[in-house]
Amino acid sequence: MKKVIMGNHALSYGAMLSRSQVIAAYPITPQTQVVELLSEMCASKTLDAKFIKVESEHSAMAACIAASLAGARTFTATSSQGLTLMHELLHWASGGRMPVVMGNINRAMAPGWSIWTDQNDSLSQRDTGWLQFYCASNQEVLDTVIQAFKVSERLLIPSMVVLDAFALSHTYEVVDIPDQEKVDAYLPPFNPPVRLTPSDPHAFGGLTGPDHYFELRYKLQIDMEKVPALVEDTGREYEKMFGRHLGQVEDYRCEDAEIILVTSGTAGYTARVGVDQLREEGVKAGNLRMKMFRPFPFVKVREILTKAKKVAVVDRNISYGHHGIFFEEVKSALYGFDHDLPVFGFITGLGGRDITPGMFKEMAHLTLAKDKPEEEITWIGVKR
Amino acid sequence: MKKEKTMKLSLPEEELMCSGHLACQGCGATPAMRYVLKALGQKTALCIPACCWSVIDGPFPYSTLDVPIFHCAFETAASSASGLKAGLEMVGDSETTVVAWAGDGGTFDIGIQALSGAAERNDDFIYVCYDNEAYMNTGIQRSSATPYGAWTTTTPVKHFKNRPKKDIDAIMAAHRIPYQATATIGYPEDLFKKMKKAKDIKGTRFFHIYAPCPSGWKSRPEDTIKLSRMVVQNCIFPLYEVEGGEKYTLNIKPREKKPIDDYLRLQGRFRHLKDEDIQVMQAEVDHNWERLLKRVEAK
Repeated sequence: MKKVIMGNHALSYGAMLSRSQVIAAYPITPQTQVVELLSEMCASKTLDAKFIKVESEHSAMAACIAASLAGARTFTATSSQGLTLMHELLHWASGGRMPVVMGNINRAMAPGWSIWTDQNDSLSQRDTGWLQFYCASNQEVLDTVIQAFKVSERLLIPSMVVLDAFALSHTYEVVDIPDQEKVDAYLPPFNPPVRLTPSDPHAFGGLTGPDHYFELRYKLQIDMEKVPALVEDTGREYEKMFGRHLGQVEDYRCEDAEIILVTSGTAGYTARVGVDQLREEGVKAGNLRMKMFRPFPFVKVREILTKAKKVAVVDRNISYGHHGIFFEEVKSALYGFDHDLPVFGFITGLGGRDITPGMFKEMAHLTLAKDKPEEEITWIGVKR
Repeated sequence: MKKEKTMKLSLPEEELMCSGHLACQGCGATPAMRYVLKALGQKTALCIPACCWSVIDGPFPYSTLDVPIFHCAFETAASSASGLKAGLEMVGDSETTVVAWAGDGGTFDIGIQALSGAAERNDDFIYVCYDNEAYMNTGIQRSSATPYGAWTTTTPVKHFKNRPKKDIDAIMAAHRIPYQATATIGYPEDLFKKMKKAKDIKGTRFFHIYAPCPSGWKSRPEDTIKLSRMVVQNCIFPLYEVEGGEKYTLNIKPREKKPIDDYLRLQGRFRHLKDEDIQVMQAEVDHNWERLLKRVEAK
């Protein structure tokens, strides 16, 4: 069934079709519609789930983790300040191997108060052991929630499905809402190998000395390394059943591209307009949209970027005192594989400032004009 | 004819707590767990945040308890219990009693937000705070449960704690939860009976269990039970229940209200106190006791 829905509701429908069993959430702009619709779904029994209306995001994640440990499929959604309040428990979910799935609406961090998009909230959760998927359309949001449950539950690693504030969260698009029976066939019920139950009592997460802790973390990384292949497999399976491919990255006109603009989130679709305009000017441009950020899709990124002559990474985020975060990650992926490929780093659009197709053209021309980057960061659209 | 006398056990023999735990000698929190599990039985699941009990239970892969435990984050005893209960129900287990088991730091201080949230929602679990009146697991730092006058490593004798203990029971009563009670290990039958009663009530139930800590109180391990009875007899820690936040019932009324001096003398943490300091404490105890009696009479 096709419906015109907002990005936030795409998250709600994804959680509903996945038959989430426990939802614990706290309201924050611009996430509220996600939980409003889920509350209605629970109240009307469209969704058979318990909705715990907690008093903070910290408690939301704590409740999700414990419910997941009991063997229930759990979902929550948050944004910005709420996500960073959860930080401690993000480690808890991944370290305890609870496959919670969470929607996060990218919103800039205060101060000053901002409700508009940038990626510093989710990217600063980089090292918490969560899978991170950045979406560019409402359809992709819905599809990715379903796929995320499948990947997360197979490997017992939690997932974050990320979308831009307003540019996606409040934008209405036509979305194909799949049939429940088909989703059930794709996503079987959650059945973890161990769960908390009095009929088989265990202590979970107790004091773990140096003799054991190291191996627990090693195993998390080993399972993280299985994610790229599993995302490809489950993405192909999804494509067979629903006609839409879900991969680690999405490339656009990259086959013969001399310059590739690397983006994430909704900026990716804006970049495509820029790429088309550049092509009309005779510039062989392409766009690589980073869908998956954790684990980092090393192989795909190398495969696509090493064919180009130059790369421009566009970040709507910053690691203060260093670079844009995708810029440093892309460079680290290429290191040792292609020393001659110049990679340029651009930062733009912080705090929700618009990123336009013209800006992508500007970044492409700045990249083409120089043999090598001459500054650590090139700022686009900043008032100095 | 000679009549044979046999002693009748007042608590069930069944043990859900095994030997091999890591508690200090004379730890009050340890028998508290033992008695609570005797009352609740095998179908119990615990959420234990950072507290002495996260150590007492033993390191991975050991556990001294025969019930499942989720060792959760410090401030999440209540929110974890809410989630665990919801999760268990969604997988078809509505019988298990979920218990949040936290110390005073995890309850009075860092966990109070989650506890207040769960109590307001009336989420269906039993919250037990075993109160040893300071951060004992980290080495005796003051909490908001530390009584007036006490020494801790962060309230040295020259600057002892000069504010009274936070009244957590009144805070919980203000949430109008269906059931709450105070208890001590010095009166195990009373604790057992109230825990049994709580087990059959739905909604948020709160227990405040007084639990002496010889290491932190500088008391003798063999005085733990004695202190747990004295504290009731001198009315510092009266035993009572509250239903619906309003109906107060006193469980044990001392025949003669004892002065607090003897109780304080058994604990090194109060050794520095002068007579005038003790008078301040006695006045506070008298005030609280009178207030409680009024609440009990008002029912």
